[in-house]
Amino acid sequence: MNGFDWNAAGDVLPLVLRGFEVTLLATVLGTLVAAVLGLAVAVAGRAPSRFVTVPVRAVMEFIRSTPLLVQLVGAAAFFTSVEPLTIGIVVLGIHYAAYTSEVYRAGIDGVPKGQWEACRALSLSPRRTWQAVVLPQAVRKVLPALGNYAISMFKETPFLAVITVQEMVFEARRYGADHFAYTEAFTLAGLVFLVASYPTSLLMRKLEKRLGH
Amino acid sequence: MSDFFSALSDNLPQLRSGLWVTLQATVLGSLLALLLSFVLGLMAISPMLAVRGVSRVVVEFFRGTSLYIQLFWLYYAMPPLTGYELTPLLCGVVAFGLNYGAYGSEVVRGAINSVPRAQHEAAVALNLTPVQRMRKVILPQAWVQMIPPFTNLLIQLLKCTPLLWLISAADLMTVIQQLRDRTGETLTAYLTLLAVYFVLAYALTLLMNLLERTAKRRLGLPTGAGSLLRTRSAVDAVATTAGGAR
Amino acid sequence: MATEPLPLQKTAAAAPEDAAGTDALVRFDRVVKRYGDHVVLDELDFSVRRGEHVTLIGPSGSGKTTILRLLMTLEKVSGGVIWVDGAPLSHVRTPDGGLKPAGEKHLREARKKIGMVFQQFNLFPNMKVLQNITEAPISVLGMDRDEAESRARELLDLVGLAGKIDAHPSQLSGGQQQRVAIARALAMRPEILLLDEVTSALDPELVAGVLDLLSDIARTTDITMLCVTHEMNFARDVSEKVLMFDAGRVVEAGPPEKIFTAPEHERTRDFLDAVL
Repeated sequence: MNGFDWNAAGDVLPLVLRGFEVTLLATVLGTLVAAVLGLAVAVAGRAPSRFVTVPVRAVMEFIRSTPLLVQLVGAAAFFTSVEPLTIGIVVLGIHYAAYTSEVYRAGIDGVPKGQWEACRALSLSPRRTWQAVVLPQAVRKVLPALGNYAISMFKETPFLAVITVQEMVFEARRYGADHFAYTEAFTLAGLVFLVASYPTSLLMRKLEKRLGH
Repeated sequence: MSDFFSALSDNLPQLRSGLWVTLQATVLGSLLALLLSFVLGLMAISPMLAVRGVSRVVVEFFRGTSLYIQLFWLYYAMPPLTGYELTPLLCGVVAFGLNYGAYGSEVVRGAINSVPRAQHEAAVALNLTPVQRMRKVILPQAWVQMIPPFTNLLIQLLKCTPLLWLISAADLMTVIQQLRDRTGETLTAYLTLLAVYFVLAYALTLLMNLLERTAKRRLGLPTGAGSLLRTRSAVDAVATTAGGAR
Repeated sequence: MATEPLPLQKTAAAAPEDAAGTDALVRFDRVVKRYGDHVVLDELDFSVRRGEHVTLIGPSGSGKTTILRLLMTLEKVSGGVIWVDGAPLSHVRTPDGGLKPAGEKHLREARKKIGMVFQQFNLFPNMKVLQNITEAPISVLGMDRDEAESRARELLDLVGLAGKIDAHPSQLSGGQQQRVAIARALAMRPEILLLDEVTSALDPELVAGVLDLLSDIARTTDITMLCVTHEMNFARDVSEKVLMFDAGRVVEAGPPEKIFTAPEHERTRDFLDAVL
């Protein structure tokens, strides 16, 4: 038993904060990938041919049902020449796209049938129908959910440390190992998570209330 | 047959013990999470501010700090700080239980609040005690509402079990990676691991759907044909694990 | 009492002495109920004698339902005192003779005398019909299961639903659910039965059956009844007294034949013109 060493905590804080930048970067870019890819998947899921929709849904279901960590480690082991951070962002993005696509799908399903029929009646092209009518209505409902996924993803970014991305937990773990100060390192990393994620989730709750969810 | 699969069939005992560790962590972790969900969820609706406050702080703490860090903290930081050391499996069970118990408490609270106020009033009119109201009237009705979000949480918990590998718990992932190192068949190894997890997730979903069906039948609600094979709603999974949920 | 087969036999009826208060089973004493700035009941005074069947009428929002909810202790008074059988309902006496708001224990004691039937029936969907009726007698009154079940059978017989004993509430029509709800309330042997617009949620063709049942109960038992209803026929056939409410006060009270044929107050006339 050696208690909590405040000096070690002071030493590790700058390292953790440096890692935090990488964590944030991965979260933001990962969310972006998930937002864009999820939308593409949702639209593809509405394709007229079952040869498109069935495989797309199956793959998404598979991705959703299997562990992110295995997906990350597997991808890093297979694509050895790609930079770990890139792999991390892409895999995070794809994994979460499997969720966001469902949110988009619900949003698209929520657009009243009459809207589609009105577009038909006006002879809008499918492209215009999606662009000008359906997506703007769907996306508004989807925004709070995307925010919540971003928070979820943020809390899962430590997985990237496993594939040697030098984010917050990676730094904490390295310091912990070098100085045998795991207690201080992980406590601080945890606190940084709490300080960052709690206000964000409060903000999201407010946003959700505001948008009437 | 590829090298990987012949290595796999040569090492069935290890595979089985790895699977056993993963299943143990899933089941025991879920049971702990279930228990905490009810304790924290019931505390969250207590008329006493202090009790609600304690629940709120515990829930926000375990939702706000990453599961990964909680697990590492238990494994690496707790022994030097307290002198107590948990086995890797137990670290996993405790971390999964605490983390998902915090999420689950929101499910319990939400489901209880979703039972119509009128049901509560009818129970008051029949002079049931507060405990009887909860146990006989409110919880049995809320339970049906809890099962789908609990299913989501259960699958999320299952998906976190490969973390055990990082604290040397000799779980399924550890075993498969050893075989992969031995055979060099990266793609086959990881796809196999993913497939096993997919099957596990599907089996658990099926079990939970069965549970939901019995619970619905008990309320005389329609169960819907074919609902047994349907998968989970990914949309609900946002609400249950994102932390933005009310 | 507990072994008596039917809870519904008329015992020696309370002497119809004059109302003035000593004989009142329920008495509202300057009762105020406010929600924020909105005053629902404004220093309301009225009383109901033992065995009396009283109908509360009046425009919606006049506070009728609130009266029942206060009596059932589903709401708390904002001022004044409700007396039931000479004891304060939502208050307890302090040593110095004053009154203070009561805790759960007193409320549970007070609720023993009172039963309520709701507009939306509020049967418990997690229990079959039988258990809906037996649950409270077993867990609140401590009755043993066999006795509670045989009483439940008698009550179901009384409400004409003996065949539905093993049904789920969701399998019953609204009228059937409401009759089960009445049986459930009676199973607790209330001295006072509160009926809150019990036919409003029913399809028109189902109303008569429920009203007939309630008339039967009124005729054959000495249960005191307070009904909020829009069924003026019911008010006329069942009750000895009608209270006309408006804006949280009683504007007129009297026997139904008088209220319906020769109302004195203008508000009563307007209201009756609108509903009859």
